[in-house]
Amino acid sequence: QDSTVTCTAEVLYHLGNENIAPSVKFTIEGELKNTAEADNIFYNRIKSLEEELVAENIPDSHGNVSPEMEPIRLLAWVASGYIIWQNSTENTKFQLAQIKHVKQVKRSDEYLEFDYLILLHEMVSQEIIPWQMTVLWHPQHGVQVAQDSRQPNTHRSN
Amino acid sequence: DQVLHIVPETFQQVQLLQHLCSTLPLDLWKPLLPEDIWAGEDLHIRVPAPLVQEVKDSLDQHMISYKVLIPDVQELVDQSMPREMSSHGQVPEGYVYTQYHPMEEIYQWMTQIQKSNSELVTQHSLGTTIENRTMYYLQISQPSDKPKKIIWMDCGIHAREWISPAFCQWFVKEILQNYKSDPKISRFLQNLDLYILPVLNIDGYIYSWEKDRLWRKNRSPHMGGTCYGTDLNRNFNSSWGSVGVSYNCSSEIFCGSGPESEPETRAVAQFIERKKSDILCYLTIHSYGQYILTPYGSTTKPPSNSEELMHVAEKAAAALMGKYGTSYEVGSTSLILYSNSGSSRDWAHMIGIPFSYTFELRDNGTYGFVLPPEQIQPTCEETM
Repeated sequence: QDSTVTCTAEVLYHLGNENIAPSVKFTIEGELKNTAEADNIFYNRIKSLEEELVAENIPDSHGNVSPEMEPIRLLAWVASGYIIWQNSTENTKFQLAQIKHVKQVKRSDEYLEFDYLILLHEMVSQEIIPWQMTVLWHPQHGVQVAQDSRQPNTHRSN
Repeated sequence: DQVLHIVPETFQQVQLLQHLCSTLPLDLWKPLLPEDIWAGEDLHIRVPAPLVQEVKDSLDQHMISYKVLIPDVQELVDQSMPREMSSHGQVPEGYVYTQYHPMEEIYQWMTQIQKSNSELVTQHSLGTTIENRTMYYLQISQPSDKPKKIIWMDCGIHAREWISPAFCQWFVKEILQNYKSDPKISRFLQNLDLYILPVLNIDGYIYSWEKDRLWRKNRSPHMGGTCYGTDLNRNFNSSWGSVGVSYNCSSEIFCGSGPESEPETRAVAQFIERKKSDILCYLTIHSYGQYILTPYGSTTKPPSNSEELMHVAEKAAAALMGKYGTSYEVGSTSLILYSNSGSSRDWAHMIGIPFSYTFELRDNGTYGFVLPPEQIQPTCEETM
C-alpha cells in the first residue's frame, strides 16, 4: 500500500535578509497517492457536525491520537509547514511538537476553517514556541493559512 | 489554579481584562487571544494559584463581576488521569514496558528489579535532586574474581524525552531476562559491569507528567523563584558556558550559574570521576532525531580516538538499521547537529573515558517528544 515517492528540493536562504522566507524549488518523482475518498469522508463528517469541533493536546502526553483526530493532526502538520517555511533561517530547525488547542469555526461557504494553537519545537535553541494559526481547507482547493501569529510563552502549558 | 468566568459589560472592562492578560501570566481558555475578548461574550481565564487573590482584587476594584468556574484545576486533572498504579502491581512480570511510567512507578520498579534479581542487581544512591529526591542507579554485575570494566548509561537528562527512561527500563529487562539464555549477553556480563541510571532529571520528569509535558530542564529556582530550570546537558564542566548556551534562566539551554552548579550534575560527575579509570564507555540517551553523536559539541576539533569512535558508532547504526530499517545518522555533534558546551558526553570523554556517545532515539520529528507508546517496543528493540 505505502510506496516511496522521492522529493528533491533546492532551498536558498537569503543571507542578506533573514526576514525573507527561503526560496524553495522542488520536484517530485513518482505519483502521490489519491486521497480524494478519505478527504471527502473527513470533509462531510466535519460539515455535518452539529457543534463545532473542539479538541486539545493532539497527540496527548503519551503520544496517542484518536482516529477521528488524525486528519486534524495531518491538517495542522501541513499548515505548520507553511509557518515553518515562512520563519526558517539557516540557523533554525523547526518541527511541530503538539497541537495545544483546535477549534472549528463554522463558515457559510464551502471551506472548513480551524483555529489552531500549536507548539513548534526549535532544535537549535530547544525552545517551544506557541503559534496561533487560522487554517482553511477544502478537498479540491487545498490548504490555506489565512492568518497566523506567534504567541507569548505563557500559552505553552496547562 | 482557578478558572474564572467573566462576561465583560463595557469596552472599558474589555480593555482592562486585555491589559491584565498582557501583564500577568494568565492562561486564556476562551477566547484564545486577548484581542478576541468582546463585551457581552464569555471569558474563561485560568489564573495561576499565586495570582488568584491579586486578580480577584483587581476585578473587584473595577466592579467586574466574575464566577469561579473551576475552583481547583489540579484536582480536576488528577481525577481525569487513570490511576493505574495499583492494578499493575509492582512485580516486574506484570510491568508493562511498552507504556510510559510516572516516577513513582519507576522507583517501585527499581526496588522490584533488585529484589527479583538480587544475584546480579544492586541499587545505589548517587545523590539527591534540587527538590530532594533520591537519584538511584542499578548496578548489573555478575560475581567474578576478575576485575571488570564498566559501561555507564543514563537516561532522562531532559524531562520531555520520555522514550529515553522507557529505553533504560527496557534495557535492564532485556539483560535480566536473557543473560542466561543469550550467549552474547552472558559473555558481555562475564567481562563488563553495567551501571544504569533510568532517570537522571527526576524533578523535571515529574514536572513533565504533572505540569508541562514539554519541559526540558531541571527545576532549580532562579531570580527569587521567578524562573526555573538549568539545562543539565549544558551544565557539565566541558568548556562550560562557551557555545550553544544561554546565560538567561528563561532559555531552554540555560547553562546554570556555573559548571556543575546543579546537584544532579554533581551527583553524576562525582561518581563518574571516582570510577573513571574503570569506565570503558559512557552512554547518554536522549530523543529525538535518530543520531549517534560523538564528541565534541564544543569544538569541531576531533577527539584523539575519533576514528575508533566513529567506527564503533557506524557499526552500531548498521546493526540498528538491520532491525527495522530505521536510519540513524552518525557523527560529531558540532558537525552534524549544532554546537554546544557543557554536555555530559563531552565531559566524559575529556576526563578520559574512551567511548562516549549520545544516542538521540526516534523519531525524526513526526511525533518528536510525544512518541506514541506503540513505538516504544520497536525503538527499544532496534536500539538494543
